[in-house]
Amino acid sequence: MPSKPKTANTWYLLIFLVLFSLVPVLKTTNYQMLLAAHVLVWGLFAVSFNMLFGVTGMLSFGQALYYGMGAYGAGLCVKYLGQAWFFPGMALGIVLAAVTAWLLGHLIIRVSGVFFTMLTLAFGQLGWQVMFKWYSFTGGDDGVQNIIPPGLFSNKVIYYYLVLALVGASIWFLGRLSASPMGLILRCVRQNPERVRFLGRRVRRNQQRIYIISSLFTALAGGLMSGVDYSIHTDMFYWTTSGHVILMSILGGIGQFFGPLVGAAVIVTIEDVVGAFTEYWSLIIGTVMLVMVLGLPRGLMGEISQLWTRLPGRQQALTTREEGN
Amino acid sequence: MEPIAPILELKGLSKAFGGLKVTDDVSFKVMPREISVVIGPNGAGKTTLFNQITGHLRPDSGRILFKGQDLVGRTTQQIVALGVGRAFQVASLFLGETVLDNIRVACLSKLDQTRKPLRPVSDFKRATKRAMEILDSLGLARYAARQAHELAHGDQKLLDIGIALALEPVLLLLDEPTSGMSPEERHLTRELVRKLWKDFNLTLIFIEHDMDTVFGLAQSVRVLQSGRLLAEGPPEEIRKNQDVITAYLGEEVA
Amino acid sequence: MDFSFIVVQLISGLTMATFLFLIASGLTLIFGVGKVFNFAHGSFFMIGAYVGYQFSSVWGQNFWLSLLCGGLFAGLLGMVAEFFFLRRIYGRADEGGFQILLTYSFILILDDLVKLVWGTEYKSLAKPPALSGAISMGGIVVPTYNVAVIAIGLAVVVAAWWLLNNTRGGRIARASALDREMLSVLGVNVPMTMTLVFGIATALAGMTGVLAAPLRSVTPGAGIEVIIDSLIVVVLGGLGNFWGAWLAALLIGEVNSFAIVLVPKWATLFSYLVMALTLIFKPEGLFAPRKVRRV
Repeated sequence: MPSKPKTANTWYLLIFLVLFSLVPVLKTTNYQMLLAAHVLVWGLFAVSFNMLFGVTGMLSFGQALYYGMGAYGAGLCVKYLGQAWFFPGMALGIVLAAVTAWLLGHLIIRVSGVFFTMLTLAFGQLGWQVMFKWYSFTGGDDGVQNIIPPGLFSNKVIYYYLVLALVGASIWFLGRLSASPMGLILRCVRQNPERVRFLGRRVRRNQQRIYIISSLFTALAGGLMSGVDYSIHTDMFYWTTSGHVILMSILGGIGQFFGPLVGAAVIVTIEDVVGAFTEYWSLIIGTVMLVMVLGLPRGLMGEISQLWTRLPGRQQALTTREEGN
Repeated sequence: MEPIAPILELKGLSKAFGGLKVTDDVSFKVMPREISVVIGPNGAGKTTLFNQITGHLRPDSGRILFKGQDLVGRTTQQIVALGVGRAFQVASLFLGETVLDNIRVACLSKLDQTRKPLRPVSDFKRATKRAMEILDSLGLARYAARQAHELAHGDQKLLDIGIALALEPVLLLLDEPTSGMSPEERHLTRELVRKLWKDFNLTLIFIEHDMDTVFGLAQSVRVLQSGRLLAEGPPEEIRKNQDVITAYLGEEVA
Repeated sequence: MDFSFIVVQLISGLTMATFLFLIASGLTLIFGVGKVFNFAHGSFFMIGAYVGYQFSSVWGQNFWLSLLCGGLFAGLLGMVAEFFFLRRIYGRADEGGFQILLTYSFILILDDLVKLVWGTEYKSLAKPPALSGAISMGGIVVPTYNVAVIAIGLAVVVAAWWLLNNTRGGRIARASALDREMLSVLGVNVPMTMTLVFGIATALAGMTGVLAAPLRSVTPGAGIEVIIDSLIVVVLGGLGNFWGAWLAALLIGEVNSFAIVLVPKWATLFSYLVMALTLIFKPEGLFAPRKVRRV
């Protein structure tokens, strides 16, 4: 049964922001703050992705393309033009990502279902190949190091708060969007595209719109990450990055607005803890994915909210539907 | 005095799948405010006819004039915008949304407000008010906060009609509005459809198998058989038409 | 660029086309019969290659026995995957997305299992001795093994075509693509058919993996490269179009083979270019008949 994404609850968002703003204040190490920043950036990436998948039903396997564009926009500008170009470069990456999404959207939204997914993958990998092989410009597999945000923001704590503010504002916006008429029509597109046509709305136009919006925020996440890690790498474009964000969303719950954010926090934590002990990371996330898809398709947040609604003995579905002939 | 123009006119409409003619040179006129029914045995091409009117299928030849404009070659979106509404044989809903939102999304579509990204849906007072009015006239207002998949079968069909009504159609096509209902439900639905017809100033064309509904509601009847228009006229005439009796009604009435 | 050079490149393109086609046809078969998209199809190709390597290079077995075992193992693994996992999500809402995610988890798991068993370094597999030489025709020297691969590919095409048209199993497979319900009414065990079809297609992928191993080294992560290439073939050929896939494989094989010599650095981009152009001008596939597409 299709489940409705919980409209963004402002309270959740506030609690989340307060918790994360406490991280540098409490006596945490730089490393813990770095982890928190990773959760924030991956969280934004995952929430943006879920606007496509959980809300509109478009499973993109190529969002790494936009993530990489944001990161490389900032990183390459710093490399060639200097530190001061960090933010203009990030903006450039975001604009490029939006334009690319607009262009590619025209090509790949013509097909639906599995073929949409595979085309996003193919174009994503195309982007990776270009970045990987264009060594003279991008540094290829070596990536670019020493991308330090300019001025005040070279301070890790200040940059952390900038990340928190931008991620918070973006998630707030996407939450508003998912509760708005635009979010409603997008959920309708997922559930019954045929009927949406019969509302006099164009299905593809709506898909194109959210594809661009999602890619734009994905690029923002990428840009922010370049300043968190002080470096960029072609892996940001690689398909496993797209797969990673899908896993976060599935784990947290694609039917819940905040699900992907929770998923991001869980995965970043697990990766930190388990990553130290084993090199067989993809075996672990593969197994997690398998279990989630087969056993818990609603995700962690989805299962919790299901338990919650069951508790007070909420009225159950009235009747079964029967199919007409 | 100027004669009243028909609201819908089919002229020599034909459609074939492979070698099978599903619509075979069908022509008829529907006048404004008419309640018209299309009957015929299963496979007679009734739903296919609807699909051509609403742009799901493109006819091989012929014209479909709605208020004088040819609908052939237009997209479903354009046809809906011109004022043709449709409810489906199997209720076509947004099952994971609330009953209210099912109608509200249609109201928002009609008002061209589905691109608004910032304010919550409930802030759109006009669409919300209109949606509640429609739920009221369907008798579904008390289920407004339920999810559509929780509704009983009959109520889902009503909700489907409600979505169509929210788009303020001039001409409404109903595909078997009473299928799968008990006799009492049928009676209620029949009365409700008549009320909606009055309140919303509709021209109605519906497909129906239930003869009580056909003869209790329709002002004119068209009989399709194997894609051809076998007979048309007021219900009393059709009831006596020998061709119709042998071809179709024979099974059920005689 | 002289004539013999062109011939040699043509042959190498044909060889690649054969591999692509063998994989893409399995992908198409599964999709056609069960409406399942096996994202992990390339991983079965990889597994086949490793099992072939184990038999041939480690245990010193005959190449052809290794080919058979690689195929068998991949096929069995495919049937297990279908029977125990994929089957459980048939008919679920949003099935398409979950199919991809589930088969994606297969990719991740198989990739690491391969690393666990065989390590991360490149493995190689020798050509069978009888085919390791070269054929000389009018001064043009062509590796025997490539010619053999092309011949095997053609034989598989003819055999598959014959099986689909002339056997009960083939008819069932084709019919279940049309109407699953009707078949179960007729007493055909539809779920079992699906498992079998999955097994056949993954076995084909595994055998292709062994066949390709002497020409390209065996590495973990080969699965994703292969799946993208064969996906491009399927998109170009038109969905579920057997002959379209064949022509598309030819096109991509040849484009790649010439690009690799002419612009070695950017060669891999050409297949994407062909795909993008196809999507712009003929989104239903290069070789598919024009159909009315829904708006």
